Amino acid sequence: MARVVVDVMLKPEILDPQGQAVQRALPRLGFDGIVDVRQGKRFEIELDGPADEAALARAREIADKLLANTVIEQYAVRFDPAEADRVTEPAAG
Amino acid sequence: MSARVGVVTFPGSQDDQDALRAVELVGAEPIALWHRERDLRQVDAVVLPGGFSYGDYLRAGAIARFSPVMETIVAGAREGLPVLGICNGFQVLCESHLLPGALIRNGGMLFINRDQRLRVDSVSTAWTADYTAGQQILIPIKNGEGRYTADEHTLDELEAEGRVVVRYLDNPNGSARDIAGIANAAGNVVGLMPHPEHAVEELTGPYPGPATDGLPFFTSILKRLVAA
Repeated sequence: MARVVVDVMLKPEILDPQGQAVQRALPRLGFDGIVDVRQGKRFEIELDGPADEAALARAREIADKLLANTVIEQYAVRFDPAEADRVTEPAAG
Repeated sequence: MSARVGVVTFPGSQDDQDALRAVELVGAEPIALWHRERDLRQVDAVVLPGGFSYGDYLRAGAIARFSPVMETIVAGAREGLPVLGICNGFQVLCESHLLPGALIRNGGMLFINRDQRLRVDSVSTAWTADYTAGQQILIPIKNGEGRYTADEHTLDELEAEGRVVVRYLDNPNGSARDIAGIANAAGNVVGLMPHPEHAVEELTGPYPGPATDGLPFFTSILKRLVAA
């Protein structure tokens, strides 16, 4: 089984009102010095077979056809290196 | 035989009934089409209505683009089938690459719901021949992702070829070059964010009026089909 992560982000030249809204909220919470925030999407895809270049190529095809609208978005594919990379609940205490 | 105008219902479509009603009001024959059916039931033109097809999951219009009915519509549009995409329908047309560019989150993050002043800039399309060039009209908008964007080259091309169909008179959402709607090069495919099907009757159109400025979209296509 291969687990591939696809990150989809708006292209740099496309305005991101969601990221801007998050950025504007941060100083109110006491986080100073935030220069920019951009918001995107992360997909985790599990594929049959080995984690090889062919698996990445399939993920790229999926990203290109469906996950990203390449008129406004760009994407990057990579193998999920380890469970440590996954989004987890913050440790207690 | 009267002109048959199909209106597609996707799961999550909201304005399909209004579009069917507008088609009927002008004297064309409204035909309901279903997203899972490839068969277009011999319609002469198609309206893709507003709403939130497939819940707008992933991106507005992204899933609808791959529905069986869209396979036939995309192929037909390339052969000259008149297609009008309203709001979510416009988003579907951009995702299908029948129209260039994309629609992204409104500037200011607001869902905007209001009667909007527009100017009709192209009357050479299948859907706008009944307007006069430069005519100012009042049509409702209601969307959260209506900000039209495209690269500068595409925008220049749209302008040079007269494919900007309607423009906002007071841009509500930051759309590039005040664009509210565009056409393909042949003029048979038109997409716009405002809702002409909500401005076809005195009782339910914008108040105080003009209440029926959306009607010419539907009379335009009827005349074209009857004359054909």
